[in-house]
Amino acid sequence: MTTTSQPTDSLGQPITVPDSADTFVFDASDGSRWELVCGLEVHAELATATKMFSGAPNNFGDEPNTNIDPVTLGLPGTLPVVNERAVELAIRFGCAIGADIRPSVFSRKNYFYPDMPKDFQISQYDQPIVVGGHLELPSGHVVGVERAHLEEDTGKSTHVGGQGRITGAEYSLVDYNRAGVPLLEIVSRPHVRSPEQARSYVAELRAILLATGVNDGKLEEGSMRVDANVSVRPEGSDELGTRCEIKNLNSLRSLGRAIEHEARRQAELRVAGERVRQETRHWNEADGRTHTMRSKEEADDYRYFPEPDLVPVDPDPAWIERIRAALPMLPAARRARLAGASGIDPAAESIAVLVERGQDEQARAAIAAGGDPARVVVHIEQNLAGPGGADLDPSRLAALVALEVGGQLTATQAKQVLAEMLTDPADPAAIAAARGFEAMGTDALAAAVDGVVAAHPAEWEAFRTGDAKARGKLTGFFVGRVMKATGGQADGKAVTALLRQRAAG
Amino acid sequence: MSGGPGPASAIAAAVRSGARSAREVVDEHLRVIDQREPEIHAFNLVLAEKARARADEIDRRVAAGDDPGPLAGVPIALKDNLATRGIATTCSSRILEGWQPPYDATVVERLAEAGAIVVGKTNLDEFAMGSSTENSAFGPTRNPHDTSRVPGGSSGGSAAAVAAGFAPLALGSDTGGSIRQPAALCGVVGVKPTYGLVSRYGLVAFASSLDQIGPFAATVADAALLLEVIAGHDPRDATSIPRPVEQLAARLGDGVEGLRVGVVSDLLTEGISRDVVARTRAAADALSAAGAKVEEVSVPAVTLGLSAYYLIAPAEASSNLARFDGVRYGLRVDAPTTNEMMVATRTAGFGDEVKRRIMLGTYALSAGYYDAFYGKAQRVRTLILRDFAAAYERFDVLLSPTSPTTAFALGDKTADPLTMYLNDVCTIPSNLAGHPAMSVPFGAGDDGLPVGVQVMAPALGEVAMLRTGAVLEAALAGQGGAR
Repeated sequence: MTTTSQPTDSLGQPITVPDSADTFVFDASDGSRWELVCGLEVHAELATATKMFSGAPNNFGDEPNTNIDPVTLGLPGTLPVVNERAVELAIRFGCAIGADIRPSVFSRKNYFYPDMPKDFQISQYDQPIVVGGHLELPSGHVVGVERAHLEEDTGKSTHVGGQGRITGAEYSLVDYNRAGVPLLEIVSRPHVRSPEQARSYVAELRAILLATGVNDGKLEEGSMRVDANVSVRPEGSDELGTRCEIKNLNSLRSLGRAIEHEARRQAELRVAGERVRQETRHWNEADGRTHTMRSKEEADDYRYFPEPDLVPVDPDPAWIERIRAALPMLPAARRARLAGASGIDPAAESIAVLVERGQDEQARAAIAAGGDPARVVVHIEQNLAGPGGADLDPSRLAALVALEVGGQLTATQAKQVLAEMLTDPADPAAIAAARGFEAMGTDALAAAVDGVVAAHPAEWEAFRTGDAKARGKLTGFFVGRVMKATGGQADGKAVTALLRQRAAG
Repeated sequence: MSGGPGPASAIAAAVRSGARSAREVVDEHLRVIDQREPEIHAFNLVLAEKARARADEIDRRVAAGDDPGPLAGVPIALKDNLATRGIATTCSSRILEGWQPPYDATVVERLAEAGAIVVGKTNLDEFAMGSSTENSAFGPTRNPHDTSRVPGGSSGGSAAAVAAGFAPLALGSDTGGSIRQPAALCGVVGVKPTYGLVSRYGLVAFASSLDQIGPFAATVADAALLLEVIAGHDPRDATSIPRPVEQLAARLGDGVEGLRVGVVSDLLTEGISRDVVARTRAAADALSAAGAKVEEVSVPAVTLGLSAYYLIAPAEASSNLARFDGVRYGLRVDAPTTNEMMVATRTAGFGDEVKRRIMLGTYALSAGYYDAFYGKAQRVRTLILRDFAAAYERFDVLLSPTSPTTAFALGDKTADPLTMYLNDVCTIPSNLAGHPAMSVPFGAGDDGLPVGVQVMAPALGEVAMLRTGAVLEAALAGQGGAR
């Protein structure tokens, strides 16, 4: 297709694709090189008490068809009323990503499906509430957001018999508990350039939604659902290829796999001289492939028109400002702050984990109280993930880390003392003493090491004269023997240091 | 005609004071129903036992010193597109036959709080689509003045119920004239309030942006009394106007001295029968005689209303009626697949007129046609609002015929939908504008059948409109009720 006008998005804005050092570039079977262009659509359920347009409870996992009322079922004569809380959460998200909050209008998207009680979905169409904004990924790559709009979810169908799809099913069951649950559909610009960036974008989005209380982040309960719009183009080209929408991406892992597979599929089509058809494709986790669901030609005509039962949503600017002012610090800023306090790389996994779990403040306080930053972060990430972990007084954690760094406790002992500190208010030194974790003096440790060396002259000779590889192997042997000799009280690192010292001397 | 046992206001006063029992009032009306309902067929369902039980409850409350409310003991008929908890609500369609809503419409709740007694659910054109009540799946309603004639529609059952004295009050719904036109043809008062004045919660939607619930009564005062009860903000309807209701009944005696009345010249011309035009002019003269300043005025865009309406209303209807798919309630015609079941159910469940409008509306909203049809019709709506606004700068109320003719014979217009659609030419503009309008009986046509005149007012102009209606009612009584 040739076109002279610049392609535009759903709001008439020009489509741009940024370059990225991390762009996924790959070889097709004929050796030609291709690059990925991808945009993501995320449906996030809003963490409201009630549904988008009715007072029925918004709660996952209840008995089927219990969270319903006449409005949810679309009974004749019922009318929708906008949930103010849902609007507030949409505004909160918009403010969090630096977007414009616009006066918005609900429309009806008309199509017949048994899990949609009114046989139309109320959704914002050409006038969404959130326009623009962006997410900065931990890698530094920036993904623009085109829009985010409010809509209602559908019910959940179970097709019994046949292929588990409505066509050919013996019968179908419908649970309307999910019908009418408020959704924010967040549409990114085609700024995602690699499968890894796609995973990172969804993780970052999830972190923002969690931090702002907009969504509970439970991907496994379907409270966030991701579709990917994938296209490819020759490396270095600026064309916008025909895209396919990939559905059924139930985890970050399938998201990455599906995008990569789809990119390769499209490139091979073009290498073979075929055209990529614009269509919706279904990711099959089992065979690792995407399959046609429906093509653009057979797509429904949704006959959108403004929802006459609702008036436009035009939030008071003062309300928007109050929401903006009350925003908590966002994950990117918190990661940067923790990275600054700890000296750890802001893109490190541990930094992201602590921020996501809301334990970054605990870490900062423990570091401020004198705790060794690296040990503080490791302990919180690995040993304070469970119940009560986040409540541990940072100054007690700092005190424990001081004992460990000072050599009074081994890493293993420190972990055990830390576990006990969650239920025992005594200070770490007292707990260690009560457990008999006497600090092993340097002399005693040196004596133990010397004893083990003397008992194994052949191994020691091999260690002393061996290369790095041989040494590495034998280090484990000696440390194990020393541990045994000291009843587990020796610090593995100190033993290693002593072995090196003896070998060099 | 109104062969009933007296106006609602008198009944309520007597019941509240204990002078009459509600039970006696209800029994009296049920006797009238027994006598004439077989030939009229105003009702889809008569709730005789429920009404008697409710009357006894009201009488017990009065005996206990309670005040059951401003409509204490007053029988009322409800159009069968208003949801009533545990009572069949059919919209006169096969597709909803047997469905019992688990909830009451807001207006039904308000009637109960006011002490009214529902005596039955009235017949209508299926899903309120029609102007003669001949489109009912359960057979037509007949005009109490002449049973060979239609009562008008779509609220023909409610209009006929009041005209026949089955109940002093009834509720209807008006999307393009469905209260006013049958009121005119049955010789009763019918009011379409300002859009948003009365909650639509529980009214089975035809065209959401046009539908309004409103009263039928034998007198303007009773219509005002009923409107006061049902009006007012409802948080369950997002289009309901959030402000307190004005006193209406108390203002009816204010007269029209100095009121500026515009007679809409564009609605006195083509397609309006000579005798109806004559009665409209007579009404203008009566207002003038009562002290109003009467002038003719052109509101050019009103003539575009009909075409715009027949795009907007079917478009909204095509979406509103999608939910009748056999999955959750009402009729289900089984078929091998879900899709075929939906098609079979809708094919069997909807009548021809409903199918016609669903097809028209689906087409008007289709990709590539939206701007040419739905979009353009919405722009016409803006034009009508603009022309009305200009007229209301110079006038307080506007006057026109309600219906182009008096009641026509059953079967007269069923063969040609377009002729039927023309019935609404005078009434549609107020729906498109969201303005209040009412029909008041003003004598008879050449055939001796009732003629109604329409009083229109700007948004929330109910007081001026009802005052004008009251003056016309009094003037007609002064002329001996004749032509």
